[in-house]
Amino acid sequence: MAETSQDLHLESLTKRFGDFTAVRDLTLTVPSGSFFALLGPSGCGKTTTLRMVAGLEDPTQGRILIGEQDITRLRPYKRPVNTVFQSYALFPHLTIFENVAFGLRRRGIKDYKQKTHDMIDLVQLGPYAGRKPAQLSGGQQQRVALGRALINEPGVLLLDEPLGALDLKLRRQMQIELKRIQTEIEVTFVHVTHDQEEAMTMADTIAVMNQGVIEQMGAPDDLYENPVTTFVANFLGQSNLIMTDIIDGSGAEVVVDCQGQKIGVTSERCHAQGRKAWLGIRPEKIFASQVGESEHTDSNVLRGGRISDVSFIGVSTQYLVAMPWEQELMVFEQNTGRRPLFKNGDNVDLSWSSEHAFLLDADQDAHAGMMTPEDRE
Amino acid sequence: MSHGVPSAAPDTAAVDGATARRRGWGWLLLVPGMLYLGVFFVFPTVQLFLTSLYDPSGNYFTGYTLTWHFANYLDAIRDTWHLFVRSFIYAGITTGVCLLLGYPLAYAIAFKAGRWKNFMLVLVIAPFFTSFLLRTISWHTILADNGPVTDFLRTVHVLPHDGRLLATSVAVIAGLIYNFMPFMTLPLFASLDKVDHRLIEAAGDLYSSPFTGFRKVTLPLSLPGVVSGTLLTFIPACGDYINAEILGTPKQYMVGNRIQAAFLTEHNYPLAATLSLILMVIVVLMVIVYVRRVGTEELL
Repeated sequence: MAETSQDLHLESLTKRFGDFTAVRDLTLTVPSGSFFALLGPSGCGKTTTLRMVAGLEDPTQGRILIGEQDITRLRPYKRPVNTVFQSYALFPHLTIFENVAFGLRRRGIKDYKQKTHDMIDLVQLGPYAGRKPAQLSGGQQQRVALGRALINEPGVLLLDEPLGALDLKLRRQMQIELKRIQTEIEVTFVHVTHDQEEAMTMADTIAVMNQGVIEQMGAPDDLYENPVTTFVANFLGQSNLIMTDIIDGSGAEVVVDCQGQKIGVTSERCHAQGRKAWLGIRPEKIFASQVGESEHTDSNVLRGGRISDVSFIGVSTQYLVAMPWEQELMVFEQNTGRRPLFKNGDNVDLSWSSEHAFLLDADQDAHAGMMTPEDRE
Repeated sequence: MSHGVPSAAPDTAAVDGATARRRGWGWLLLVPGMLYLGVFFVFPTVQLFLTSLYDPSGNYFTGYTLTWHFANYLDAIRDTWHLFVRSFIYAGITTGVCLLLGYPLAYAIAFKAGRWKNFMLVLVIAPFFTSFLLRTISWHTILADNGPVTDFLRTVHVLPHDGRLLATSVAVIAGLIYNFMPFMTLPLFASLDKVDHRLIEAAGDLYSSPFTGFRKVTLPLSLPGVVSGTLLTFIPACGDYINAEILGTPKQYMVGNRIQAAFLTEHNYPLAATLSLILMVIVVLMVIVYVRRVGTEELL
């Protein structure tokens, strides 16, 4: 089964629960050996998608294939897929060794003992092999769950919010660990998470999901630098979105009227359809400067700003800048010490390089994908 | 399960001190219960033991004297050993059938009943709303010679033309099974209900068919329920006499019937006490062996 490509294909996958459509006509390909993240807020359908691949949920429509093999109707225990569950779901009555050996023994593999010891060593739990899961810490249980799935050498490893239960420091550590293991064994990882930082740290490709559909898919830096919807612009990091009118969309640079000031945006970064558009710019891409001293050309300068809030964070300073049209824009500035910090009430010009702004469809909610601190946990 | 967990805290001394102080209070909490049991369990048991050693030559009218007559035990075993054997066989069959019937029932209530779960639990407990005696008497009606069950079994030739259910071992065991079913079902349900669904999903994910998943995960995790259910069924069934009395004949009598007759009819108190204690000791020994065998301590 190693001859053909083991890419995971989802074709028009749909899942309805009664009237509610959890996943809507989802089509995507996860290349074999890649680290793929499904990122989205809770209820966006990412976990349902994962459970359909695992066989724990039957799709209403559509097909799931690994390589050439259609696994859509295969029972979970017949699929070349293993899962690291959110709650770990370790068997409490079995030792760590027995937990890790579980899959091999069910498949009747004779030399499971050596393989199990090797796997327990790989996840660095050697001294704990004889213990029960309840005697281990959260991070250790997480490793057991990983080892228990990986030992089966699955075509695809599914990870359902695998680090959600760990504290921040441990989570960072495990992110690096997971990435190391994935690179080492070259198994396809499909990772479901609501944590954008986690997704960006580990994944080669991220699919941002919202309300059952994929909003955008791509490499982490592509998604971040060139979002195509307001949801992605807000869900991955933060964005300033300003309502503009498109004046000229014919040239290599789309010219917009941004509340009375002309701004140019590279045409390949224009994702707007109608006459109006959201002008998007990331806070860390904006330079604040004293009036008349901006470093950029006229087409990328917004004048008339006034500092309304200063938060000194250490590595950076976050400014809120009140604009003449009564919108506050966020500006993050690294504390290079090149010049003194601005103070509340200072008048500033804002500017950026033309390749950093983007234009989004004006029909969309400017607050889509924004999360309260509670949502981010 | 508090033992066996290695302590990882470096300042174990401080922790131990706090635990010891808490344990001190724990003992105080035991006092009311211990007092109650002292008065209503230990004292009567001692009394029962002394009664079993009364001189058997006494009677209800002349009274009994305590002569430390240990031969009572040998006499009782010689005369009634067949009743003990029958009691344990009946109770054993009852426990086995209750387990076979109760496990699927408890499983269905725990995993498949959905919003009917509570309603089904009420149905399991509902028989307790009427008296044990009345329920057993109604089984008398159900199994009667001209009743529907006997009629049906005769029609399909499971029973011969003049065959009967009443006054047979089958009737007594059927009554026992019916009466002790909830004692099996409820602990099984409590155990199964606690089994995390995601563990069963995980077993499926790790190449277990539904049956293997049940055998390797659900069943071991429900073992505490199996142990308590079988104990709660077997122990009282051993001592039961109502079912044999109402649904059987003296040929189906169990130890309980003999104790009841010795105590209430014959006023042979030494015999009643002797039989009670023998039954108690045998049951306790069986329970110890059983629990050791299954090893419930290792189960969560």
